[in-house]
Order: sequence, then C-alpha cells, then structure tokens
Amino acid sequence: MGRKLLLTHIDVPGIQSYSVYKAQGGYRSVDKALKSMSPDDVVEEVKKSGLRGRGGAGFPTGMKWSFLAKPEGVPRYLVCNADESEPGTFKDRYLMTHIPHALIEGMIVSSYALGAHTSFIYVRGEMMPQIRILEKAIAEAKAAGYLGKNILGSGYDLELYVQPGGGAYICGEETALLESLEGKRGNPRIKPPFPAIAGLYGCPTVVNNVESIAATVPIINDGGEEYAKIGIERSTGTKLISAGGNLAKPGVYEIELGLPVEEFIYSDEYCGGIANGKKLKAVVAGGSSVPILPANLITKTIKGDARLMTYESLADGGFQSGTMMGSGGFIAFDEDQCIVRNTWNFTRFYRHESCGQCSPCREGTGWMEKVLYNIEHGRGTTNDIDLLWDIQRKIEGNTICPLGDAAAWPVAAAIRHFRDEFEWHINHGQEAQNRNYGLAHYADPLEVVTES
Amino acid sequence: MLNVKENLIVDFSPSLLEKFSEIVARYPEGRQKSALLPVLHEVQAVYGWLSVDAMDKVAHYLAIQPIEVYEVATFYSMYFLQPQGKYMLEVCRTGPCCLVGAEKIMDHLEGTLGVKEGEVTSDGLFSWRGVECLAACGFGPVLQIGPEYTFYENLTPDSVDELIGKLKTEAQAKD
Repeated sequence: MGRKLLLTHIDVPGIQSYSVYKAQGGYRSVDKALKSMSPDDVVEEVKKSGLRGRGGAGFPTGMKWSFLAKPEGVPRYLVCNADESEPGTFKDRYLMTHIPHALIEGMIVSSYALGAHTSFIYVRGEMMPQIRILEKAIAEAKAAGYLGKNILGSGYDLELYVQPGGGAYICGEETALLESLEGKRGNPRIKPPFPAIAGLYGCPTVVNNVESIAATVPIINDGGEEYAKIGIERSTGTKLISAGGNLAKPGVYEIELGLPVEEFIYSDEYCGGIANGKKLKAVVAGGSSVPILPANLITKTIKGDARLMTYESLADGGFQSGTMMGSGGFIAFDEDQCIVRNTWNFTRFYRHESCGQCSPCREGTGWMEKVLYNIEHGRGTTNDIDLLWDIQRKIEGNTICPLGDAAAWPVAAAIRHFRDEFEWHINHGQEAQNRNYGLAHYADPLEVVTES
Repeated sequence: MLNVKENLIVDFSPSLLEKFSEIVARYPEGRQKSALLPVLHEVQAVYGWLSVDAMDKVAHYLAIQPIEVYEVATFYSMYFLQPQGKYMLEVCRTGPCCLVGAEKIMDHLEGTLGVKEGEVTSDGLFSWRGVECLAACGFGPVLQIGPEYTFYENLTPDSVDELIGKLKTEAQAKD
C-alpha cells in the first residue's frame, strides 16, 4: 500500500466534522506553527519539502511564497484556487467534499506563513455543495478558536471566506481568478506584475491550488525533510490523481510520486485495468490540456524505460513522445474510442471557455473546432490536417495566458500520434457520418517519429 | 448588447438584502464590487434567472454601474438571462463524460422531455442543456440541478427517468 498523507483518514466516519477531524490529529500543524515557529520557519519547511504546485504548473511552492512582496502597511492575501474545471480533474472536489478541514487547516498555516490576515477560497460556482461544506467547516474552526482574532493566543488574526465563481474555466488561471474575485469578468492580466507583487486589490498575493495548500499540513507536522523523502528526485511527496474514462475503477487515488504508470493503471490497489476487459488505446495523463499519449508510450518512454508518475518521467521525450503531470487528471481511452471525436470535444471545450481577450485563442479555438467537427462528421478535406497543425502552431505561445497552449496541445498531440485516424475520417466520409457516438475504427497508434 | 426578451420587475426581500450585506462585509472597505458574483447567485436562486431590473437593482445596491453587472452576468455560464424551467438539468458533455455515455444521456433527455436543448417543457417544469466539464469525471455521466447544484452521478437512461419522475412528484407536492 502506498503511503497516504492527504487521504489518511478518508474512511473515518464523520471525518467531515471538526470534532472527528480534530480527534484524528487534525489542526496539529496550526498548534505547532503558531506556538513554536515563525512565519519564515514555515516557509523554510515548505521549501525543504520540495512541494511543487499541484494545480498543474508544478512550480515550487516554497519558492513562490518567498517571492511575496512585504511592504509595510499593505495587506497581503492568500487565495486558494478551488476553481477546478480542467477536464479529467476532480481531485480537489473530492478532497473538499470528504476532508474539508484538511484545506481549512492548510489555509491557516499557509496564511500565517505569508502574513495574510484575510484569505479566500475561490471555489467554482457549480460546486455549491462543497461551498456549503467549507462554510460549515470554517464556522466550526472559528468556534474552536482556529480562526478570528488572536488565534490560540498567538496574537495572529485571520478571517477566511469562501468565494463562489460563476462557471468559467479561465478563472482557474490565477490572474483571471483575481479579476473574478474583484467582481469582474475573468480576463487574465498581463504579467508582470505577478500576483506576488500586485495581486488581489493590487496587493501582494499568493494563489495556490487546494491540494498544494492541504499538503502543507503533513509538511509542518512531520517536517519538510520527511516529506522530501517520499517520491523521486524533484517529484517529492504524494499526489492526488483523478482517474476517469474507461477504467475499471475510476476515482481519486493518492499515490507516492514515482509509482510506475503501468502499476497505476493495472494494479487492483488503483485503477484495476481497463473497463469491460478491453485494451488500453491512449491516455491523457494530466488533464485535457496535456498531450495525449498512445498506450505504448504512456507505460514506457521512447527509450524503453518504465514511465513513472513523476513530473520528470511523464515529461520524458518532450512533446514528441512524452506528456506532462499537469493537474493529475488521468483519462484512459479504451480501444473503441475515437481520438478525432475526442479532440473535437476537447477543442469545443476550449472554444467555449476562451475569455476572448486574445485574438489567436478567440478565433483559433473556434476555427479548430469547425475543422475538427467537419473531419469528425465525414466532411473533412485533404488539407484539413495541415490546416489544423498550422492553426494550433499560431495559437501556442501567442496569448496572454496558457489557455491558448492548453487548446493547441491536445490537437497537436492527436495529430502527432493518431494521424491515421484523421486521414481515415477524411477518406471515408460516408462511413464516418454513419457512426454512432464515435465508435472507433482504428486501435493502433502510429509509430513515434521525431519531428525535425 | 444584452439578448433579453423579457424583464421581471423584482423587489428584494429584507432577508435577501441581509444576505447581501453579510456578503459585502467579507471584503475590505470600498471593495464591495467583489460581492457581485455571490450576490448574483443569491438573486438567481430566488428568481430562477437574472432580469435586467434585478441586475440594475444589484448595481444600485453595490454602487456600481449597471454595465458592470451585465458584463459579469454575460461572461459566466451559470447566470441565466431568460427564464428557464423550474428544474434546469445540466449534463456534462465534455470528453471524459462522453467516453462513458454522456451523449446518449443528452439524447435520452431530449426524447423523454420532448424539448430541445435550451427550451422549456410546456408545463414549465424542465429545461436541459449540455455544459462543460463539471469536475466529476470519475463518476460520469453526471448532471447537476441548481440552485443547490445537486449532482447525479453514473447516469443511465433508467436513472434519468427515475430522476425526472421524482422531480415531477416533488413539483406536484409543492403546488
């Protein structure tokens, strides 16, 4: 059994409540930090842990915290990014639903480290049940003296609020989230200045993912060095993986980083293989924006090494033959699934969620969707694949925020690894039109070729 | 330009105004515009949608311009600018849910309710639409129903029929 740090008490009845959570050792990190550590000590432990942002970017959390500007007389803010909406990813929803106090505890410790006296958890609006759960947990923590004025007699004050979003994927981008929290459309800001200098209301702000903040609890409890002993190299600690698609046992799993991908897919402790005894065709390993990989490349690198669940191993081979850890949204496709239809579906998502601020993203996502729709529905033309390749290249890297990249990468990877499926659709128009729900016709991916 | 065909003149109740003031108190002095999204959720939970009059009154309450409210209400997918059925069934139609049958669920809903996406049934009870990723990919297909946004997971045509029957009974009991 892999070691668990975040979901340790997931099966304890009533763990949602303060009393049960506390009885299981909850809030020890707050006691320890506020009574025996300075804010800088807390930052130092997080640095030592090697924790990397669990929202998708994988930037070292301690380093991000150390960038925070600390001008005198200006408030600082911690904002938790709980706007989880990357297709394939549902770990934060799971954590907030089942162990809300783990997030509240992490928010208190992290806010203390950053010198924030007002903190917000920005939750996507559709998660209204989770919002209610968090509000109840905050009220319980406050009644127990862990929030409000002079927490545990330490002289430290903190108010914590939950802010609902309005249903916009783009608000998962940190500056769009801050715009939304200020009551505006979620249009990303141009960086610099980064939020650490000018964030919420123009004040120094740190934005962290739910899982990153919850991970500070075991880091403070056991020390950063202990946390860093778990995992491999620069991928330390545990990671929540949301497993969906055609898996026998979809769900949220906490893994020690370094677990072989093959074991994650096929072991009974985790996903239990592919549903209905079918074969694995492809995997999106880190949420819809990361490149899709055919089955042979998700379990082994191009060099033939076992692919591991680490930031480095998943990225091995770059975008030619590798992918990314991203947010840990692991989507498995069985042999009957149609990559073209899925690519069209993902592109529709990005067209729908583009904020419209940058022309390449606003126009490009819609254009790609139209071309993909035509190919999928048997009305593609011979130059459509080249056209798609050209459009995605013109979006990538040419937008204010990474949504443009997120829209471009799935298209590029699908063409790179499953070009024959696109060609089949174009050459078998009538047959493609007669299919129901995207049943497949090709199960084998192309051999990997390195682009010049 | 706002694509609004109807308007509903509203008068916020004292309890709703009290909720507004609790929300505004979360933010620093002068930053009451931050309350806009949560306040709009509260308004929509009461009236089912956001009329121009309701948005104008929110603008007045928060001391901001009406255009600032329209900008937000039109940007985010959760706000309705026209009346919907009493129950709006929102089915996740993004990739992972489609891998496990979301498109079939949407087809089934259309057939069972007899209305196309975005339309309202003649009895005013139901609307449905496809929405983008609901972050429940491991439990797909899923749908949600506001204003509490209750989730219904691992849907099948039979469980959808059962849900619709339950909602009809619930609506009759309330009448």
